[in-house]
Amino acid sequence: MLAKRIIPCLDVMNGQVVKGVQFVNLKVEGDPAELAADYEEQGADEVVFLDITASHEKRDTTLEVVKRTADTISIPFTVGGGIRNITDIQNALSSGADKVSVNTAAVNNPKLVEASASIFGSQCIVVAIDAKRVYVDDYVSDKTVVETCNGKCWWEVYLMGGRQPTGIDALAWAKQVKELGAGELLPTSMDCDGVQTGYDLELTREMSKATNLPVIASGGAGNLEHIFDVLTVGEADAALAASIFHRGQYSVGEVKRYLSEKGVPMRLV
Amino acid sequence: MAVVNYGVGNLRSIRKGLEKSGATVQVTHNPADLRGSDAIVLPGVGAFAPAVKNMEPIADVVAQAMKSGKPILGVCLGLQLLFTKSSEGGSVKGLDFISGEVVKLPDSVKTPQMGWNTINFARSHPLLDGVKEGSYVYFVHSYYPQPADPTVVVTTTDYGVKFASMVAKKNLFATQFHPEKSSKTGLIMLKNFVNIVKR
Repeated sequence: MLAKRIIPCLDVMNGQVVKGVQFVNLKVEGDPAELAADYEEQGADEVVFLDITASHEKRDTTLEVVKRTADTISIPFTVGGGIRNITDIQNALSSGADKVSVNTAAVNNPKLVEASASIFGSQCIVVAIDAKRVYVDDYVSDKTVVETCNGKCWWEVYLMGGRQPTGIDALAWAKQVKELGAGELLPTSMDCDGVQTGYDLELTREMSKATNLPVIASGGAGNLEHIFDVLTVGEADAALAASIFHRGQYSVGEVKRYLSEKGVPMRLV
Repeated sequence: MAVVNYGVGNLRSIRKGLEKSGATVQVTHNPADLRGSDAIVLPGVGAFAPAVKNMEPIADVVAQAMKSGKPILGVCLGLQLLFTKSSEGGSVKGLDFISGEVVKLPDSVKTPQMGWNTINFARSHPLLDGVKEGSYVYFVHSYYPQPADPTVVVTTTDYGVKFASMVAKKNLFATQFHPEKSSKTGLIMLKNFVNIVKR
């Protein structure tokens, strides 16, 4: 049986791992390659690097870290953040990344998803979608409105690390990128990211149902129950988390043993 | 050994995995390099039709290697290329070293199959030395092989359908999963392959 995946996420800035709350107050937490190797040892199923380096010129530093990390670990490895074009994707893959995640560039130029999937294969194109709930009183004709436990809402796509609203319906966008050849989706809830009150279960579930693509839930893991919830009620195929692992709140092994005991299929090491 | 370079994607991981297992590796698309190597690895990146096209200039060398008994390892797409044909992108002819067709995973499951799944042993094989039945390995694929001859099947995996996840025939070895991405279990298999080549 296909196991559900636990994926530690490393936010990398200028070659160092950092983590903030709701995309601000960044703190340095260590060397990416060392942390990634440690996570593999603990049983991580994949590792994600999100490059949040502000300057495009400094991204060579990130590619060096990608190479060093890829040479160290033997589990799949995704690089995202600042991927703007085919050359960026080629650079990441030839530095040892297995997949790239695209976000802003895909929204600005959906053809990038189509072109990169046809060149490199769908399996390595992850589309990251930063989404925030927009509550409405009634159904809106051009949006996918869902009845949630907090009332009716649709999800709006945000860009630029959560600073720029687009007016785009996240569920419609997810369906569109599937048609364009995306192999996997990485929705991050802007309502939940870094605040550790749980994932947006309705977002991941709706996205999973709407596309039938593998969905990696991101944003909001604060405890073991949150991860259990998103992999069951939230119908996600994988859970991505940062803070709870970096701070040593739980090891990846602890999370996986807990989930396995509760009946979630897990690869235990 | 020679890792065939299709010109796209991540070949660094398979190279590193083989090097960690004691091999000297050259990533190449040059027929002379392939001829001079002790083993050929067909890695698993991209789509079927472009890969077949990229293989054209070296198809003869690989076919000779097949006949001469040189070990060949196919990974993921590299496994699929060994079959007669694939339904990916219509109906595209493969190298036909193993009779059978590569077909799409059923609609009852999410595609691609992305993640860790278990292998069940159909028979014993030197690539599995030191590997436990039921071990998890990493898969990323939307198509799977249907070998005409069941005796080539080494392991099977369930994902909407029970399919051949490892096949072997004489000097041909192939996995639908990625051993280079399968942590310790995968590294054991790569080491076993390197040992077979060294023998």
